[in-house]
Amino acid sequence: MAQHQVNYASSGGLPVVLTSADHLINWGRSNSLWPLTYGLACCAIEMMASGASRFDFDRMGVIFRASPRQADVMILAGTLTKKHAEFTRRLYDQMAEPKWVISMGSCANTGGMFNTYSIVQGVDRIVPVDIYLPGCAPRPETLQYAMMMLQQKIRRESANMNKNKKQRFI
Amino acid sequence: MQQPNKLKPFFENLNFERQDNTMVINFGPQHPSAHGQLRLVLELQGEQVVKAYPDIGYLHRGVEKMGENMIYNEFLPTTDRLDYIASTSNNYAFALAVERLLGIEDKVPRRAKVIRTMLLEINRIISHLFFLATHALDVGAMSIFLYAFREREFAMDLMEDYCGARLTHAAVRIGGVPLDLPAGWIESLSNFLNKLPEQIKLYEDLLTENRIWKMRLEDVGVVEPDDALSWGCTGPMLRGSGIAYDVRKEEPYELYSELDFDIPVSDRKDSYGRYRLYMEEMKESVKILRQLISMYPKTECKLMAHAPEYISAPKEEIMTQNYALMQHFVLVTQGMRPPKGTVYAPTESPKGELGFYIVSEGEPYAYRMKVRAPSFFHTGLLQDLLVGTYIADVVTIIGSTNIVFGEVDR
Amino acid sequence: MRRYTPKDNVQKKAKYTDRFYVAPSVPREEIEEGSFFESVVNKLKDSGVELLDTYVELGQLVMKIKPEDNVKALTELKENSCFKQCSELSAVDYLAQDGEFEVFYQLLNLDKALRARVITRIKENQAIETVENIYKMANFAEREMFDMFGIYVNNHSYLKRILMPDDWVGHPLLKTYPLQGDEHAAWYEVDKIFGKEYRDVIGPELRDPARIDRYDTQRFARVGHEVPFGADPSTIDETEVKIEDRYSKTFATDYTTGSKELENRR
Repeated sequence: MAQHQVNYASSGGLPVVLTSADHLINWGRSNSLWPLTYGLACCAIEMMASGASRFDFDRMGVIFRASPRQADVMILAGTLTKKHAEFTRRLYDQMAEPKWVISMGSCANTGGMFNTYSIVQGVDRIVPVDIYLPGCAPRPETLQYAMMMLQQKIRRESANMNKNKKQRFI
Repeated sequence: MQQPNKLKPFFENLNFERQDNTMVINFGPQHPSAHGQLRLVLELQGEQVVKAYPDIGYLHRGVEKMGENMIYNEFLPTTDRLDYIASTSNNYAFALAVERLLGIEDKVPRRAKVIRTMLLEINRIISHLFFLATHALDVGAMSIFLYAFREREFAMDLMEDYCGARLTHAAVRIGGVPLDLPAGWIESLSNFLNKLPEQIKLYEDLLTENRIWKMRLEDVGVVEPDDALSWGCTGPMLRGSGIAYDVRKEEPYELYSELDFDIPVSDRKDSYGRYRLYMEEMKESVKILRQLISMYPKTECKLMAHAPEYISAPKEEIMTQNYALMQHFVLVTQGMRPPKGTVYAPTESPKGELGFYIVSEGEPYAYRMKVRAPSFFHTGLLQDLLVGTYIADVVTIIGSTNIVFGEVDR
Repeated sequence: MRRYTPKDNVQKKAKYTDRFYVAPSVPREEIEEGSFFESVVNKLKDSGVELLDTYVELGQLVMKIKPEDNVKALTELKENSCFKQCSELSAVDYLAQDGEFEVFYQLLNLDKALRARVITRIKENQAIETVENIYKMANFAEREMFDMFGIYVNNHSYLKRILMPDDWVGHPLLKTYPLQGDEHAAWYEVDKIFGKEYRDVIGPELRDPARIDRYDTQRFARVGHEVPFGADPSTIDETEVKIEDRYSKTFATDYTTGSKELENRR
């Protein structure tokens, strides 16, 4: 009977994969991005839809978390008002490093159609944004695509977050 | 006074650390089951809520102010973002108010009316399915969320086939609808209608006699009829308290006077009764849509009202006739000028009575645009309804009032 | 010379106006004899409420009363004419023309499915009595009215801003308040979160949503191009590196030839 078990120790060495620490860490980071359920307005419904049955976000390793302490990505889905802005910043500060922000929809990007007194004209005034998602409201596919773009971005970055000068504010 | 800093944030004038036995907790504004941006400040005595302050305004976008600074046709897509779960009902409520002001409500062609009523009912189904999904998710039934969203996607496909958008439809115009139904739409609608009752039965099998569901919902969030009237509750919140008032039936608009449908009423007054009501309303919507399908072929293909002062001519006329082009140019660049006057037009949106109160001074811009949003008053009711309940029921009650914050804060 | 713009009403106005255009009015009908509306008006008159004007507009009864009578009139309408629900309550700003606010109460009779509106005019800085004890919905609606117009409501249980934050300056729905907010509104969130000294760092609001500045390395990035955050704008053209993008290129369309990347592969 043939011997199926390969004895690595005696036949040529241990199964070693060589990689850089950056690649390994970023591989881990990019493949289990847990977003904070930060639904603000209309886009939140599309965010829910992308987590629900047809679009099934879980298959991409994206599982929505309700607590900022457990989340890696903040998906700002919807209109951010000036009254809410301080809470957004507080939640962003509560998230553990490394953290990324996706600004979903026109309202979050630039204020969009709500060019009024009570709307923050772009969430990048409050938190540093990695991906801007156009659309009013963006389709669930768009959000999934944005997630993939973010994964690419993470893989390109250095694993040492201090090197990626993301932080706008101290 | 306590000074705010990064380590010790504090909320306005709330004192979280108190000497007596009550505890103050802050619920929201970002809470997964707060249905948007509701912030509740709850004063607790043990597990029981003693006082509840709903703090709203975290989604105040100045829609009413925008209405005063936009011409009427320009404002219509903005109304999508009020109750973003059933956008067309907002579009329609606004269009109806302006049509009443212009006096062209009767001039809307019959085919446009059929299409509008169809869209309104599909939106009602979408909204009720969404209610069911989120309410069940909040109470703890995750699988219903997935099932209900599956059906909702099919209904959204119908809307997408018609107007091209999933969420923000802008599918109604002042004076009619922009497009006829696309080819094959009626067939896909009837396929959907054949499937939906089976699915509703599935939900009911899963929930209606479910022991946990009943324990969580029965006798929770009881609204007495007098309170419901006094707090300005409408829609399922009012009918859930045993008062049969539906704007579709009592003050009919569109084709509702010709359609045969019932208004389900529940005497239970609690969350469970309201859940049953939503399920029955979906069945009624299916019934209405079936009647509308048979009405559709009998109408002639005309989509916009003929009122040259206010409404642009059809595209073919604009392209061929000089006067129609001039008039179209004036209407697009300057906007229509409705007569002076005040109008309040109530409609029955999935959440309740949605009405636009428009004061016109004969200018292309509305002088005052007030949105009577049902959810706003349902949120006001929370401060009465939550008192005396347990903290675990708070989420159930918020879920069963079915509030949407685009509409509450406007 | 600078063009004169009125300061008492800064809302958008029609650019082109016909000098000879007289806006028509929605017809105001007389109250029919023997109708339900007539009995409502009669009952109200009997209870001692002075009616300044009554007419029917688009099927709804409109009654104009004095502001002092509002509680009395609404109690009467609720008790005797069965207007059990108040659908809506708010104000209209007529300060520019008349120096007055118009407060309206939109009522509903559920048995007859008829609607009535009670309107009253108050001067600027004049308070109005609360109707919270008659219709509880006024709790929120009057707070909103106070927030949006600055109309004080006497004896309200909890008169506080509702939609805007507590430390907001100004009442947004006044005609004197610009749509895009005043100086205070423009810096509200920056002042609150970072402090006034960060105004220079963050910069003024960009109110044109269509504006794209390619050389803005602080708030605008392009997919597939890597520009370090805050890089010197003048060096962008040399420093930016095009990075191959796996996902988007599959479906990318070359607009000069109209060909798709997918077709090229075939």
